[in-house]
Amino acid sequence: MTTKPAAPAPREITTKPRLSDRIFRGTVTGVGMLSLAILTLIGLFLALRGFQTFKTEGFHFITGVKWESVTSDSGKVTNNFGVGAMLIGTVLIAAVALVVGVPLSVLTALFLTFYAPERIKKFMVSVVDLMAAFPSILYGLWGFFILMPMVQYWAGLLYEYLRWIPIFNAPQPFFERSPFVAGMVLAIMIIPIVTSVSREIFAQTPLDRIQAAYALGATKWGMIKAVVFPFGSSGVVGGAMLGLGRAFGETVAVFTVLNIVFKVNFHILYGFGGNVASMIILKWGEAVGDETKALLAAGFILFVLTLLVNMLANFIVKRTLKSGK
Amino acid sequence: MTLETPVVVEPQRPWKATPRELAPTGYLLLASAFASWAVVAATPMKGKLAYAFLFFVFGTASLSINKGRKLGRSAAVDSIAGSVAMTGAFLVFLPVASILFTTIQKGVKGLHWTLFSQTMFTASYSDPISKGGLLHALVGTLYLILISVIVSVPMGILTALYLTEIKGPGSNFIQFIVQAMSGVPSVVAGLFIFASIIVTTPVKASAIAGAFALSILMIPTVTRTAQEVLLLVPMDLREAGQALGATQWKTVATIVVPAARNGLITATILGVARIAGETAPLLFTIGGSDKLNWNPFKDYQGALPFYVWKGLLLGTPESIQRAWTGILVLLILVLVLFILARTLGGRKMKSK
Repeated sequence: MTTKPAAPAPREITTKPRLSDRIFRGTVTGVGMLSLAILTLIGLFLALRGFQTFKTEGFHFITGVKWESVTSDSGKVTNNFGVGAMLIGTVLIAAVALVVGVPLSVLTALFLTFYAPERIKKFMVSVVDLMAAFPSILYGLWGFFILMPMVQYWAGLLYEYLRWIPIFNAPQPFFERSPFVAGMVLAIMIIPIVTSVSREIFAQTPLDRIQAAYALGATKWGMIKAVVFPFGSSGVVGGAMLGLGRAFGETVAVFTVLNIVFKVNFHILYGFGGNVASMIILKWGEAVGDETKALLAAGFILFVLTLLVNMLANFIVKRTLKSGK
Repeated sequence: MTLETPVVVEPQRPWKATPRELAPTGYLLLASAFASWAVVAATPMKGKLAYAFLFFVFGTASLSINKGRKLGRSAAVDSIAGSVAMTGAFLVFLPVASILFTTIQKGVKGLHWTLFSQTMFTASYSDPISKGGLLHALVGTLYLILISVIVSVPMGILTALYLTEIKGPGSNFIQFIVQAMSGVPSVVAGLFIFASIIVTTPVKASAIAGAFALSILMIPTVTRTAQEVLLLVPMDLREAGQALGATQWKTVATIVVPAARNGLITATILGVARIAGETAPLLFTIGGSDKLNWNPFKDYQGALPFYVWKGLLLGTPESIQRAWTGILVLLILVLVLFILARTLGGRKMKSK
């Protein structure tokens, strides 16, 4: 008989994480929090640098429409900064972009989810993804040289036949570099994001409800109307708002195709408009001292605006996606 | 005994339309094309827009009537919906085709070899395109991409690991923050780096300042793609690692991350594609030099989007030619990245 080997010492059983794990968890958590820190810092720095402008201009900074810094003969500098016209222009252009872009995106998403054969679907998904990857300056260049002449022609048609609607009216038939043109370029730029969000949401439509609709004899369109739209409509609204956030923040492309003038213009076809983001790069080159601070303050307003729109949009999209599971 | 050759069963698709059933669609579309031509010729309407619009109206209407005659009213409505959806998708495809076509058509004229060996230091943007080049911009863009990758990829992947592996009490909130961050306008990112780094620290406008601004835009892209990929790694693998006695750190480092490697590379590439063409943040942060600058930490730097921007703003025929050629080079860069990401992403899907 052999002697029994000594039993190994019982392993210490513990739920306490090892040192390596603690380091790992600590690092990862720390880095995870960094994005929160960055976002806070962005808001903080822009607000801090723009603080002086907010103090001197007060509420007038948001409602005012003038942007001038006049140095009198005695060397006294009079500032008058207001982004009111630019804010109105931003909203107007974004509205044009949404009115044109969202229906096209929803139709594309419907086509891709329910109509397209597999091969065309794959191809079109690539096309839409590629659209998202195009640099914004490319949209600006193409928009200025290729799209603008066409859009000017469309604007002419709208002006000729629909002038009795106030927004399609214009003091003169001058349609170059108008909010309408900028809105068209932005419409194309927001299509990828709205399409991919809508597609994701349509794909989440509960299959049992789809099959139930077909079993009751619905046509494809009948099924979409009765099942897909009620389920996905709020998600599509969220997607459209993500597009809106994009449209608010887009800079270079809008700058190229828009004639920026510090004056309120509600005639979308008429050749001048405003846009906060583009105004910042327009004025940046010559800005010194107080004007730079005012531009940073404008950046802060843009940041807050896009942040709010995006947060709301993400909240809506997430809620819709959850309701499908 | 000989092996029987296996009988391959041809799949039957009885629902597929036969040529005979498809023929009326063809006839009707032909007829609509002819009708729209006739109407344009007979009425004062003119132009490509009129042709396209009339063809759409006639085609949709005739197909719908054809369906409705056989199958009733709801089939007619269904046919209209199908045509409209298809037209919508086609209208989305058109600008992409036009953008690719114009960029290549206009950009190719300015391509020549010295473009990649010279800078704009001694040449002016309105000189003939054969003088000067975009070497400085190419070097600048490569530096910007390199530094942004060094900053954003570790940050993005670690944040994604926090969201998928730790799932701490704050992950829902951080997820929300990352999504909010991906909506930060690029011009704001540039302004922020100007207000925080360029004004207050010794780092002045240079490639590194530009790369910091681009990183703000790149981190959310990398995080979100990496997170999707990490979620695809089966839970079984993690459980197997833990069951074999590995610590969480070991499991993540030796099992989860290697399993997701291709996807993480795709995340990086998508992030690079996102920032390669960004212009607005660079206007505040890199200075936009026309000189070759090998030092990414000091002095003004050029970049491809900046080169295009300068050419576009100047507005002379030569400078606009430069802009088109610059954007063509940039587009090729983006396309290569895009195709790389696709093939890597596709491979990942297959191995699953």
